Amino acid sequence: MIVGDRKPFDEIKDNIRDYKKILILGCGTCVSVCQAGGEKEVELLASELRIANKLAGKDVEIGQATIKRQCDKEFIEPIVEKAKQYDAVLSMACGAGVQLVADVMEPKPVIPALNTDFIGITESPGTWVERCQACGNCLLEKTGGICPITRCAKGLLNGPCGGTKDGMCEVDTKKPCAWTLIYQRLEKQGKLDIFDEYNPPRNFQAVVMPGKVTKS
Amino acid sequence: MPKPFREVLDSGKFVVTSEIGPPKGTNLEEMTRNIDLLKDKVDAINVTDNQSSAMRYPSLGGCLLIKDRGGEPILQMTCRDRNRLALQSDLLFAYSRGIRNVLCLTGDSIPVGDHKEAKGVFDLDSVQLLRTVRTLESGKDLGGNDLNGAVKFCTGAVVTPEAHPIEPQMHKFKKKVAAGAEFFQTQAVYDLNNFRTFMQHARPSNVKIFAGIVLLVSAKMAQYMNANVPGIFVPQELIDELAGAEKGKALQKGVEIAGHMIKTIKDERICDGVHIMAIGKEKVVVDILAAAGLL
Repeated sequence: MIVGDRKPFDEIKDNIRDYKKILILGCGTCVSVCQAGGEKEVELLASELRIANKLAGKDVEIGQATIKRQCDKEFIEPIVEKAKQYDAVLSMACGAGVQLVADVMEPKPVIPALNTDFIGITESPGTWVERCQACGNCLLEKTGGICPITRCAKGLLNGPCGGTKDGMCEVDTKKPCAWTLIYQRLEKQGKLDIFDEYNPPRNFQAVVMPGKVTKS
Repeated sequence: MPKPFREVLDSGKFVVTSEIGPPKGTNLEEMTRNIDLLKDKVDAINVTDNQSSAMRYPSLGGCLLIKDRGGEPILQMTCRDRNRLALQSDLLFAYSRGIRNVLCLTGDSIPVGDHKEAKGVFDLDSVQLLRTVRTLESGKDLGGNDLNGAVKFCTGAVVTPEAHPIEPQMHKFKKKVAAGAEFFQTQAVYDLNNFRTFMQHARPSNVKIFAGIVLLVSAKMAQYMNANVPGIFVPQELIDELAGAEKGKALQKGVEIAGHMIKTIKDERICDGVHIMAIGKEKVVVDILAAAGLL
């Protein structure tokens, strides 16, 4: 899933300071799972903004809605009429969702309420970790199902740097060294010969920016 | 004229290299003095490449200065700051200006340095950079295009004998050998027993290995490195030795320790040479050489 986290409250407040009627729009998929921009988080942000506006003596109308996905037009279209009643939309989706809502609702200003962080998994309740950089050239078959592009702080392709300490990464000692994990996994699989294979430089144009996939 | 480093490697002598960290800025006086001090006392001098991810005068510039002063430079190249185009063109430039030795490293990560918001490039890794040198030597670039004039380098790499766990590190060491590394300068070595074990595994690869000797200047520095510098392990007995030194004599003790280690490595021929790193105290390298009986 796409993992995001809410921007600092003051930054959000500052970004919407010019608007009198704001629709907070949640997204019911990834950012809902990672507790950043789903229905509950819409409710919470709306309450915080109402209280802050009241304390500041500002008369601002805050509306709320959450749709299933902001990265699909079909889910955005039913909310367009409602959005017309507002000066701006405060989207709690990932960056992709924010952009599609802005396209569909043009010229309505659509303001992001989240920072989009990565493609990841739930590691434990309340903790999400990055697992994929969407490089367009998956090599997990060579690395025991552990992505060094994502999980090695330097994105190395041919084994660990010299900074491994007790199996942890030198850049952030709370995170495991990806290449130690890869070694251990391949060892368990009896496939250490793969570890010794040379991996050539990455093809950074595997996905030509901005990426596009078309199904015929 | 200094002896080309590859000739030194082939001669079978006990090799001594050292290194110089360029200044932050364009005042080259101190670096020039250090080069003059060391150029005739060691077989080659490395110049670090934005060491510890701190922006400095470039390794290439330092290497050219060593050439000018009559020394034998080893160009350190990390993968952190340049993509494959920039690395290759720097190699072409270095060769065209008489630099014949290159040390290929991954490079420290950006967050440890002094430009913490910069992009870490790592377009290539150290193994790929080693192969890049060999590709350029074949008269082609990484894009498969013909070069009008190729390069020829004596190519080295690094290895961390104290990495933990060591097994993945040893596999990478072998990958570097397969990629064409001719010599290795190791991360700092303090525990000679651990190093002997490492050498048992490394020896069959038939490449030259130079033990990294990092000058200890105080017990505090040793403790700091143990806690904060990955891949470095200073045994407690050395820390005690430094702590027990008379006030103001810790540096002298550090020089003695380094000298003694070098002498042991040479006398027992544990490996093929040493690489002395006296970070920020290059002047002391001469004292270390004297303490090791190498002057």
